[in-house]
Amino acid sequence: MMAESGLAALWLAAAMALLQLVSGLTMVRGGAGQLTPLIKPAAIVQGALCIFSFAALMWLFYITDLSVLLVASNSHIDKPLIFKLAGTWGNHEGSMLLWVSVLSVSGAAIALLEKRIDARTLHATLAVQAFIALGFFAFLLFSSNPFERLIPAPVEGAGLNPLLQDVGLAFHPPTLYFGYVGLSVAFSFAVGAMLTRQVGPSFARAMRPWVLGAWIFLTLGITAGSYWAYYELGWGGWWFWDPVENASLMPWLAATALLHSVSVLATRNALRAWTIMLALVAFAMSMAGTFLVRSGILTSVHAFAVDPERGSFILALMLLYTSLAFIVFALRIGTVKQGEPFQLLSREGGIVANNIFLSVILAVVLIGTLYPLAAEAMGDKISVGPPYFNKATAPLALLLMLALLLGPMLRWRRDEMSRHKYWLIGFFAIILWSGVALWKFAPGIGLFPILGLALSLALAVAAWVPLKGRKLLRTPLPVYGMVIAHFGLAVSVFGMAAESGFSKETLVALAPGESAKVASWQVKLDDVNPVVGDNWVAVEGKMIARKNGKAFILRPQSRQFFRPEQQTSEAALLTRWNGQLYAVIAQPDEEGDGRWQVRLWWKPFVTFIWFGGVLIAFGGMIALLGRMFRRPKKPAKNKWGGE
Amino acid sequence: MTRPWLLWIPLAVVAFIGGLAIYGLAAPKDEQVHSAMVGRKLPEFALPPATAGVEGLSNRDMADGKPRLLNIFASWCIPCKAEAPQLEALKQAGAEIDAIAIRDRPEDVAAFLAEFGNPFRRIGSDSEMAVQLKLGSSGVPETYVIGDDGTIIYQHIGDIRAEHVPILMEKLRKAK
Repeated sequence: MMAESGLAALWLAAAMALLQLVSGLTMVRGGAGQLTPLIKPAAIVQGALCIFSFAALMWLFYITDLSVLLVASNSHIDKPLIFKLAGTWGNHEGSMLLWVSVLSVSGAAIALLEKRIDARTLHATLAVQAFIALGFFAFLLFSSNPFERLIPAPVEGAGLNPLLQDVGLAFHPPTLYFGYVGLSVAFSFAVGAMLTRQVGPSFARAMRPWVLGAWIFLTLGITAGSYWAYYELGWGGWWFWDPVENASLMPWLAATALLHSVSVLATRNALRAWTIMLALVAFAMSMAGTFLVRSGILTSVHAFAVDPERGSFILALMLLYTSLAFIVFALRIGTVKQGEPFQLLSREGGIVANNIFLSVILAVVLIGTLYPLAAEAMGDKISVGPPYFNKATAPLALLLMLALLLGPMLRWRRDEMSRHKYWLIGFFAIILWSGVALWKFAPGIGLFPILGLALSLALAVAAWVPLKGRKLLRTPLPVYGMVIAHFGLAVSVFGMAAESGFSKETLVALAPGESAKVASWQVKLDDVNPVVGDNWVAVEGKMIARKNGKAFILRPQSRQFFRPEQQTSEAALLTRWNGQLYAVIAQPDEEGDGRWQVRLWWKPFVTFIWFGGVLIAFGGMIALLGRMFRRPKKPAKNKWGGE
Repeated sequence: MTRPWLLWIPLAVVAFIGGLAIYGLAAPKDEQVHSAMVGRKLPEFALPPATAGVEGLSNRDMADGKPRLLNIFASWCIPCKAEAPQLEALKQAGAEIDAIAIRDRPEDVAAFLAEFGNPFRRIGSDSEMAVQLKLGSSGVPETYVIGDDGTIIYQHIGDIRAEHVPILMEKLRKAK
């Protein structure tokens, strides 16, 4: 009964979206607007119905109702509760339901809360939002019904892919989805504003919290996904330039650029067409991401999510929305007036530099990701791997950091280099000093790691400079947010550069009692024992790692899951403040001489990568809080009212 | 805006990417990566015999004016067991077959030949996979057609099934 109610709610929600779209269209086309009063209530009811529908599915997973096909094929009576619940979205149908639910709830939130833009733009935005939702409702109802029954019901259920039975990963896809959906709201705002010709600061201020929110979720999602790949896949790497990783990185790059350009639009009423363009690109990239994960047209570690037929459906939706939006862009953006002028050396100029570097990185990643497909279409078979991406993106990222040293210090509209020369001299002294020191004392670690370390040290200082000369208690939260996020970037890049420059690796076959050395650690394989979990068995190595007279125990496992049958390796991590010791044990090799394949890494400062990522997201949260709870009106510093 | 056509570039990019994606969905997926060595001479190598009673294999042995097959196999490889009858059929049809055993031990190769028959003229032992890599082969089993002058003419990836036997014979005939 619960399943049927959930499905009914979904149909009703789709009907609401249709109503919302039709009312919005008649308004935009200049009709009498008799339907216009329906738009907001329709959006709110649609959101409520979707919440009900998603809750119904979650309930079915909670009680493990095996007469529902989705539950039977993705859950199991023996599964721990948290993974039963995570099973709600740990599969295609459920994740799409989550997607559309978040989309509808966002629509309801806009309808309830948004007061900054004029009513026509708001209604147009809600209509676009409903148009997007309708496509996904159609997708759910016609090709991925999550509530389909399975009769007769099986006795125990198939289980969830064991690689996904991991707390971190249970929350990785929904985090990214929240980000994607936030970008869809930005997209709707952009199209709505183009339709009603209202591209200006008030539109930018309405869109900004959504972009910021989406960007926070994407940052967290990418950080979590990277950490998951690092400890769960057991290859010791933290970023593989896998097509699906790129698919989550590209919307992030676009969203980061958008986040910066939208503040220029909100504060200074410049970069109008460019901001609209970025909003469209960011959402197009997030749909492309969903498509790449689902379709399997590119070979990837996310092969568990592949389904070509559904891929074509998402592709059709993606092409429909993005091409319509770019048609509107081409027709309407010419009528958007040129924004306020600014000089090259100004805050705007700095943000344009940021946008250019981010866009070029985005283009590089997009080309690298699609190149194998293009090559295959020409009859050639090529895979584009880390060497291309690292070589092509690293210099751009370093230039971006160089621009970041100065950018946030600059004044709006125009500035003089002479105001900043002592800071600049200071930063270059840090870069030069640390660069030369590294080159002298750690030769052979490569140019990029040296530059990365030197620049991140300079940025770690430069990030705080915008606070100089401000009264700390009266400084707006968004400024703190910016400072923290930029400092987080310095932390993260420091981790990346240290990891790539100084990692040490050892691969050995050890019998119990034997030892191996990695960096300054002495690691002894003490014992190997079988262990049993809820739904797996494993061999577990007990290793003793020694350094400076202190000993630590590591327990890497090689797990064998039953349902479905699969082997995974659980790396053991020993975290010190200055790095991680990473140990992996493999099933015994065929020789059968009682020795075990053991792989050890010492990765200096590797945790900084994710710690920095979390800091970046935290900075975003602070800024978002500042945007949501503005302090009582204060006199604006310039005529557009920005900080 | 002085150049309105510029505004249509984003749409064109979307169309291009969409076209690629449609191609990617429509084109049959071919996961095999063929060797870049096809069409070139065999690399230099000289392998010791894989087990007692057989002869080792070098690239010179295969450039003696007669086209033949080169089978890459291993005793621990299950598809290699499955293709044994087809190799026997190829031999019956007149093909000369040389082989390279990958990461194998002499006693295991002997047991394999005893159980599944020995259709091979020579069997070299490539215990380090060095020659396999030189040939651009990424797994076992694979079968190459080698021309009379030692040129690699064709690469068959995976086990030989009954329907592949005539294809390989045809390639051999053409290699003359």
